[in-house]
Amino acid sequence: MTATQPSPTASTAGQGPILEVRDLHVHFGARRGRGAAARAVDGVDLEVRPGEIVALAGESGCGKTTLARSILGLVQPTKGEVLYQGKPIGRGTSALKPYRREVQLILQDPTGALNPRQSVYESVAEGLRIHGVKGDEETLVADALARSGLRPPRRFFLNYPHELSGGQRQRVVIAGALALQPSILVADEPVSSLDASVRGEILALLLGLVRDLGLSILVVTHDLGLAWNIADRLAVMYLGRIVEQGPTEAVLAAPLHPYTRALLSVIPEVRHLEAQILTGEPPDPTRVPGGCRFHPRCPALASGDAARAGVDDRCRNQAVPILRGVTEHHAACFLTDESVKKEAERRQSTRGAHAEGPQ
Amino acid sequence: MALLEVHDLTVSYPTRAGDLPAVRGVSFDLDPGETLGLAGESGCGKSTMASAVLRLLPQGTRTSGSVLLEGEDVLAMRPGRLRAVRWTEAAIVFQGAMHALNPVRRVGAQIAEAIQLHDRVSDQATAIRVGELLEQVGLPARQAASYPHELSGGQRQRVMIAMALACSPRLLIADEPTTALDVMVQAQVLALLEDLRRELGLALLLITHNLSVLASTCERIAVMYAGRIVEEGPAAKVFEAPAHPYTKALADAFPTIGDRASRRHPHGLGGDPPDPRDLPSGCEFHPRCPVSVPVCPTLDVELWPAGPGRRAACVHVSDRQPEAVTGGAPTEVAP
Repeated sequence: MTATQPSPTASTAGQGPILEVRDLHVHFGARRGRGAAARAVDGVDLEVRPGEIVALAGESGCGKTTLARSILGLVQPTKGEVLYQGKPIGRGTSALKPYRREVQLILQDPTGALNPRQSVYESVAEGLRIHGVKGDEETLVADALARSGLRPPRRFFLNYPHELSGGQRQRVVIAGALALQPSILVADEPVSSLDASVRGEILALLLGLVRDLGLSILVVTHDLGLAWNIADRLAVMYLGRIVEQGPTEAVLAAPLHPYTRALLSVIPEVRHLEAQILTGEPPDPTRVPGGCRFHPRCPALASGDAARAGVDDRCRNQAVPILRGVTEHHAACFLTDESVKKEAERRQSTRGAHAEGPQ
Repeated sequence: MALLEVHDLTVSYPTRAGDLPAVRGVSFDLDPGETLGLAGESGCGKSTMASAVLRLLPQGTRTSGSVLLEGEDVLAMRPGRLRAVRWTEAAIVFQGAMHALNPVRRVGAQIAEAIQLHDRVSDQATAIRVGELLEQVGLPARQAASYPHELSGGQRQRVMIAMALACSPRLLIADEPTTALDVMVQAQVLALLEDLRRELGLALLLITHNLSVLASTCERIAVMYAGRIVEEGPAAKVFEAPAHPYTKALADAFPTIGDRASRRHPHGLGGDPPDPRDLPSGCEFHPRCPVSVPVCPTLDVELWPAGPGRRAACVHVSDRQPEAVTGGAPTEVAP
């Protein structure tokens, strides 16, 4: 299927990234010297290319929302930078204003994102007025609503949020973003508060925007099914770091990192993997474990796989290098090291030979 | 005898614009130790169903039919008896554990309150019971001293479950218990509910819009649309081979990872749930149905047999009537 249908990335692969995150750190200070700082984002490299949908997946508290907020310039990074079309996005409201028109945010809960006392028209037109967009406001609003699937658009102008269904509200939020003709959408859990039947419709809308308008989308989610549905590339985040990334098919069909495997195994639809329910404390960014930050919960370490591959010492004591912004499938795990893999394969094959020997 | 027998239940909320029928004639049974999943989207009446089982509906709500809990009609109980039955025979875990707990009281005190309201026990015995309950749901007993904000979402949901178990009910109703939680925490909470069912012999009524969650945890599934059950049957069968097109839409909403057909093809269902005050004629699902036929807008649908242990309210159910199997296309069947 991929052979006959070129993926959207194929046509744009030659271009540089439209959005680039380089060695980004966001640390939140400890309160009055008590406790440790929270390392919400702790060294992340990420790229989004034109016309590409990148999914950033992970559990609550892994730093994915903080990363998205710093990409929007809503949180000041402690270290590192965000580049838009190769240039740093700058600091401060006035420096960020032109950038903020290009990069639009779509939030999880459309009910909270819309002003209940503003009509649909006012909600969509607000951004146009803030950015002083020229042209006929009514036409621009109508176009944005129609593109978001609210047709005929003029019928919705005077509706208030409470008169709309959850799916329609999310479409209004998306219309508000589209009205400014952005080049990137950052969507934070865009469907998790919506009903199952509406979910597919909104995801299809996002896919259509990429196809028809050439938008790029960074979608933050804990839902790997969403990534399978729409994302070209997938980055999995754990405790402030990206632990695995690559083309969505590759990551989900053959996950390399034990964390990705565990996340995948607990999805009710995934039957071929035995459910690995991670126990232990939920990850806490104020107490990032030494060595590999996943090692206290790692099923591969607990089961002895890491010891058999001879990397258990490194798992406990050695920091895992940060994944750089490359596009092939790779993971931040000692077990996936090429040398380790070869060694394990060699042992496996000799063991296999022994087993066959006596027969 | 079934633990819970709901028979032809209707619930309608009075509003200024007239009565709003939320549940329109629902019947089902739940045996001791059994798990039933109730699926459907917002506004289909599934949460109203949950509240109706313990009569937790707002004043003025009109109900008819019966809800027999261990043979006793909840809808006809006197207030004193009703108070005794709530928590001790059936308990509810509501969605949104963040808002269901009192933010300014320690969670241990909140669990203790549920115990002491129903049993005359000493403070010391209560404290021991609170510790046991917390351990039963996988939290250390010392968490009793925590305030809700000190706990994660999954931990708060565990506290809610501990509270529901406080008076050893035989039926646990869980309304969207995992909706706001991460996949990993969702898996932990579902595994906990399964353990409790096995250890305590609890019957479980699990309500969610995520059909795949129900398929992996329940023995039977009932799917609701516009206040009625439109399909019911064994969980795996209903999920893998839905008989009703609405069930199929729900099942397809969450893709099977690795399934090429859903890659870059999210499946949705067009349109919006119907307004309960202005329901479509005939089969209520027909305006959104991808396989509707001319007879649907006038057809009086009911739950017809749809295979072993299965029923579905759709004209396409092949063993609906003997002649439908032999008599050609479903469109030719007279309504």
